[in-house]
Amino acid sequence: MADIVIDRVVKEFGSFQALQEVSLTVNDGEFVALLGPSGCGKTTLLRIIAGLETQTSGRVVIGGQDVSDLAPRKRGLAMVFQNYAVFPHMTVFENVAFGLRMQKAPQAEVKRKVERAAALLHIESYLDRYPAKLSGGQRQRVAVARALAVEPAVLLMDEPLSNLDALLRLEMRTELKAVLREAGTTTIYVTHDQTEAMGLADRIAVMYGGKIEQIGAPLEIYATPATRFVGGFIGSPPMNFIKVRCSHGTARIGDAALPCPTAAENLELGLRGEDASLGPSGSGIPFDVRVVEPMGSHLLLTGAIDGQLARIVAPPTAIVNAGERVGLTVDPARVTWIDGTTGRALARA
Amino acid sequence: MTTSAAELKTTSTNRSMALPSARRLLLWTGLAVLIAWVLVPIYLVALGAFGGRLGVFRWPKSIWPSDLSFAAMSQFLAIEGVFNALVNSLIAAGLTVVFSIALGAPAGYALARYTFRGQNAYRLLVLLTRAFPLAILALPLTVSFIRLGLYDTPFGVSLIHTVLALPFAALVTQSLFMGIPREYEEAAWVFGCTRFQAFMKVVLPLALPGLAATAIFAFVISWNEVFAASILTVRERTLTAYLLRILAESPLHYRFAGGFILIIPSVLFIFAVRRYLFAVWGIASK
Repeated sequence: MADIVIDRVVKEFGSFQALQEVSLTVNDGEFVALLGPSGCGKTTLLRIIAGLETQTSGRVVIGGQDVSDLAPRKRGLAMVFQNYAVFPHMTVFENVAFGLRMQKAPQAEVKRKVERAAALLHIESYLDRYPAKLSGGQRQRVAVARALAVEPAVLLMDEPLSNLDALLRLEMRTELKAVLREAGTTTIYVTHDQTEAMGLADRIAVMYGGKIEQIGAPLEIYATPATRFVGGFIGSPPMNFIKVRCSHGTARIGDAALPCPTAAENLELGLRGEDASLGPSGSGIPFDVRVVEPMGSHLLLTGAIDGQLARIVAPPTAIVNAGERVGLTVDPARVTWIDGTTGRALARA
Repeated sequence: MTTSAAELKTTSTNRSMALPSARRLLLWTGLAVLIAWVLVPIYLVALGAFGGRLGVFRWPKSIWPSDLSFAAMSQFLAIEGVFNALVNSLIAAGLTVVFSIALGAPAGYALARYTFRGQNAYRLLVLLTRAFPLAILALPLTVSFIRLGLYDTPFGVSLIHTVLALPFAALVTQSLFMGIPREYEEAAWVFGCTRFQAFMKVVLPLALPGLAATAIFAFVISWNEVFAASILTVRERTLTAYLLRILAESPLHYRFAGGFILIIPSVLFIFAVRRYLFAVWGIASK
């Protein structure tokens, strides 16, 4: 068990700055997801923590020990790779036992720990098989079992579910959460899939352009994004951003008036699709519906507010037709105000 | 490996069954021609070697030798010096294998895993050593070998053969190591291996079939090489160099016997490692 402190880590590839002074603290036993689009630096950060990549400057401290210059094997961590990296020339048993064998653990202990990890991941029945005979999902389980068998202080996972098909991914996600909760290992999990991050993590660090945009609990990040990017990246449909003019602390859109902070010149209203409730035309914010998509659990309405694209989520029973104008009622406490110039969220009015 | 080869076979038969019969005929004709291209000369050499003294001159050739005899073969093997030359050939080829792997595999690994300045130039340079005609080097090499005491030794011959085999060794092992995902090594590092341990425990076992093929290449190159072996030795000749000299003065059926003995090892080696060769050339799946 250990905490992880990432202290102003910078990584440059030639003139390209992959990480710009990233700092992050992960508490003992916590599960933190690094979430961001491809190329945002999340995998680079994970590889620096693992010691597979060397930072240009900054420090990585694991369990109070500065590991910045240590080889991967001396950092007391385990890792699950995107392509699993299950050794093809070893049986499942030997794969899971690999870390323990390197620690020169006695045979009885190896057997006990491998069997426990195998039981945890439900792979006992094929311990003597070779990875070539396993499906992707099974290899994934082997990779996780191999990492958990060494009882690491820190577990790093690099998009471990991205190579699985959708159904299997959902199943593995649920299982991973249960397994990792039981193990209580400090975990850093890299993903570009927001549902994975939201579902698994205690806290999410949203990364973009080599920086951490926001760190917080999943619901906090969802409800109160710190930047325009976070609001647009998290949530499906993404947050709507409507340019408004604010005078004397009120923004007027159609007949609706919302209290707004006046600090910014370029003000945008950040509105989650499900935070608006539908009413008859003439009430609230006018919304011109263009497309209605019944999604089963809800209706997805695409249209325009004040001529700007917006997506609204309506209950599945709502009766809305394309081409109609409806009114939206919005709870002022649930909207986010964005400074259009900096892209940062403003303090709530 | 076995399964992938089997899969390969099933997919190719499936494909050929799907072909219309005209195209299938064309395919099999092509295959037959290619096989004949390789096998007929070898068969004729064998016929000459085992068909007895008169069989060599008989025309038209019979498909099956009329009087099968091992006389030519056994007499040939009894020629003084043939056995010694065979041993020399094996020593030279064996050392060539050891040197090419020991020097070529690290070079291939470096080319596959690291980016360094002048990498492409180096890759080209490796091949360029083959562009240098050995004939130009013959005299200076002979002089230096005499000075160094390497002249007329299988060891000296193996050094030159290593130079010939090394470009292949470096480039083939490069593609071999490139085919082994870096993630395997990284996983080994994370789970407690030093770089060297990771190489020994993970990379080497996976590379072994390809390394075996590389070794065979080196062996065959050395076994078949005749020019350098002829000029760098006088008494301690390798088999090819020795045969070249004595067969020029021998009756025709002895020549066939000698030729047959030279062909056999290469054919056997290539036959033994054919699956690994496919793996090297990326035909078999991982």
